[in-house]
Amino acid sequence: MDSRHIISVLLENEPGALARVAGLFSARGFNIETLTVAPTEDPTLSRMTIVTVGSEGVVEQITKQLNKLIEVIKLVDLTEDKHIERELMLIKVRAVGEQRDEIKRLVEFFRGRVIDVTQSVYTVELTGASSKLDGFIEQVKLTEILELVRTGVSGIARGESALSAPKSRSNNK
Amino acid sequence: MELTGADILVRCLKDEGVDYIFGYPGGAALHIYDALYKQDDVRHILVRHEQGAAHAADGYARVTGRPGVVLVTSGPGVTNTITGIATAHMDSIPMVVLSGQVATHLIGDDAFQEVDALGVTRPCVKHSFLVRDVRDLATTVKQAFYIANTGRPGPVVIDIPKDVTANKTEYIYPKTISMRSYNPTVRGHPGQIKRAAKLLLEAERPIIYAGGGVSLSGGEQELRDLVRHLQYPCTNTLMGLGCYPANDPLFIGMLGMHGTYEANLAMHDCDVMLSVGARFDDRITGDLAKFSPYSKIIHVDIDPSSIGKNVNVDVPIVGDAKRVLADLVSVVKNLEPNPDTNRISAWWKQINSWRSIDCLAFDRDSDKIKPQLVLEKLYEVTKGDAFVTSDVGQHQMWAAQFYRFDKPRRWINSGGLGTMGFGLPAAMGVRIANPDADVVCVTGEASIIMCIQELSTCKQYDLPIKIINLNNRYMGMVRQWQEFFYDNRYSHSYMDALPNFVDLAESFGHRGMRVDNPADVEESLIECMARKDELVFMDFITDQRENVFPMIAAGSGHNEMHLGSTGNGAPQERELA
Ligand SMILES: Cc1ncc(C[n+]2csc(CCOP(=O)(O)OP(=O)(O)O)c2C)c(N)n1
Repeated sequence: MDSRHIISVLLENEPGALARVAGLFSARGFNIETLTVAPTEDPTLSRMTIVTVGSEGVVEQITKQLNKLIEVIKLVDLTEDKHIERELMLIKVRAVGEQRDEIKRLVEFFRGRVIDVTQSVYTVELTGASSKLDGFIEQVKLTEILELVRTGVSGIARGESALSAPKSRSNNK
Repeated sequence: MELTGADILVRCLKDEGVDYIFGYPGGAALHIYDALYKQDDVRHILVRHEQGAAHAADGYARVTGRPGVVLVTSGPGVTNTITGIATAHMDSIPMVVLSGQVATHLIGDDAFQEVDALGVTRPCVKHSFLVRDVRDLATTVKQAFYIANTGRPGPVVIDIPKDVTANKTEYIYPKTISMRSYNPTVRGHPGQIKRAAKLLLEAERPIIYAGGGVSLSGGEQELRDLVRHLQYPCTNTLMGLGCYPANDPLFIGMLGMHGTYEANLAMHDCDVMLSVGARFDDRITGDLAKFSPYSKIIHVDIDPSSIGKNVNVDVPIVGDAKRVLADLVSVVKNLEPNPDTNRISAWWKQINSWRSIDCLAFDRDSDKIKPQLVLEKLYEVTKGDAFVTSDVGQHQMWAAQFYRFDKPRRWINSGGLGTMGFGLPAAMGVRIANPDADVVCVTGEASIIMCIQELSTCKQYDLPIKIINLNNRYMGMVRQWQEFFYDNRYSHSYMDALPNFVDLAESFGHRGMRVDNPADVEESLIECMARKDELVFMDFITDQRENVFPMIAAGSGHNEMHLGSTGNGAPQERELA
């Protein structure tokens, strides 16, 4: 049975690390729904969040193969426990006549914000779980979507547990 | 004192204990070549094609256990090594590849002989580095050797731009290294080892299936201790041959596509399987749905991703094969022995009845040279003590079946990638590592031509390798598949316009011998091996139609083996299955 997993990876912030992760997924035929990566508070570390869909066996292989990459320090499958996921979407829609109010109500309902306005266009910012963004897209189809951009998922575990590097600094540099 | 990057690199190699490197010069590597010229500690073997350098370094690593080192220039230099890097990667061989790169300010400009070396090698390396600053060079080299030869070994590429080899800095080679992101597990989990031990002691139809990981970890003695203490049957993969002695009565032969009848049926019918340092490759398992249906599986591997990848495992143990086997032996010895001392006698009886089929029998009365005969005689003439490299094809399988390896690191072949062209350059690396040993390359007339240029390297460095060319005028293994699965349509598998191999060898300054009579096989091999200081190219004109048996067709089960017509008749009734 395939299910959706959010894998959070802590890795060395080095050129080439992203290519290795992307190469691994394409070489082994693993699926990537979204992938985000950025440095952490420690500039030598990057945090990557990968959303993938696969069977238990495939996801086990994904985590093992990721762990095998030399740059990967630690990872966790957030979906194994309580977690929070967020994704940011910017969406530009046609907004004329009565649609303008309707769209605004929809944006409020989804707790988004209209961040840019012209006579015929709204640009909306929306944050939430991916499913919420999907819901908004479904609803906003009452008008024409001109452009849509999503960041992909970022995730973090609830409670005390934290994905962090071992304290001792490596002598990599 | 400050040194240039090139001098630092060579000093690093020396401090790492590297005695030989295999390479080929070119623009981006010229500072490094200049640094090599100025010293004698690190010796350089000039190959004739960069693929040869990678295979030679690979052969060197397989017999010494130390990383093989390759030095090539940018662009075509590094692309030519890719087959060799991939070969080492598939067989988990430690290797460090140093590639020159265009100067840092030119990277990305499509400069002359620029190729994205990290990009083109990425899928077939364990890790790779681009050194952008000479101050990082020594640490990077240290890390590369550490990564290449720990955990599951593999090739590491270091790409070094030309300006980095010219820039200067203080030389300090780190004594030790630790990396927060790389810490292979070597000790097996004690609880799991105990579970494994109990399972083994309860088994009624056990089998121990050991692969190349045992040789790589140096765990052959621990494997012997375990197998002999338990008196259980042991089979080896193609990569593992020699890690359990082929002449030991507990050894039941190689398993897999061309494995023995007894090994494959024992894999199929067993109730407990201990797999050590092997990875359930498709050439081993055949159809996974039919694989070993009655067994509980214990899998020991240093690479967690090997465990549970192809088959479900009951007792996974992540760790170094040698360490885990040592722990397993002591736990097994400390547990109450199973009071039912007779419990595996029926199993041995069964295995011995499978054995009696003599699945490797061949026609000894033929007036054509049977390839099996050549290998059997080679084994006898060399007293089983040669280092044997091979290429890929039927000859490889016959060598694996008929040369009975009693020691690990003696059988050098490309198991995972199946690289034709591997045998001769690998033999060079083996001989350089063992300057007094008998080194034999078993090959076919198609494979040998793929790296034939290395005959010239053998001349330059006096490498008296013995080439056993089983010349069937066909890409035999391809022809065999075409005979079985394509209705005898031998599409492009006939080797037309072959050279006269005797003349060819002689034009390189070596000796060539052609043998076409079965009666001359033994004597010619004796003569060949007696010529200690010469490379001898033995061109054996063999039976064109001989096939490798037993054979499990791809996608079949272990109990669906094809046997040749020469064994002791049809298989008997099976008790199980
Ligand atoms: C580089 C490479 N290309 C193609 C193959 C596919 N292949 C496997 S065996 C074989 C034939 C080998 O023929 P030969 O060396 O004469 O050995 P034989 O099987 O006759 O003993 C081929 C083409 C391969 N393994 N490697």
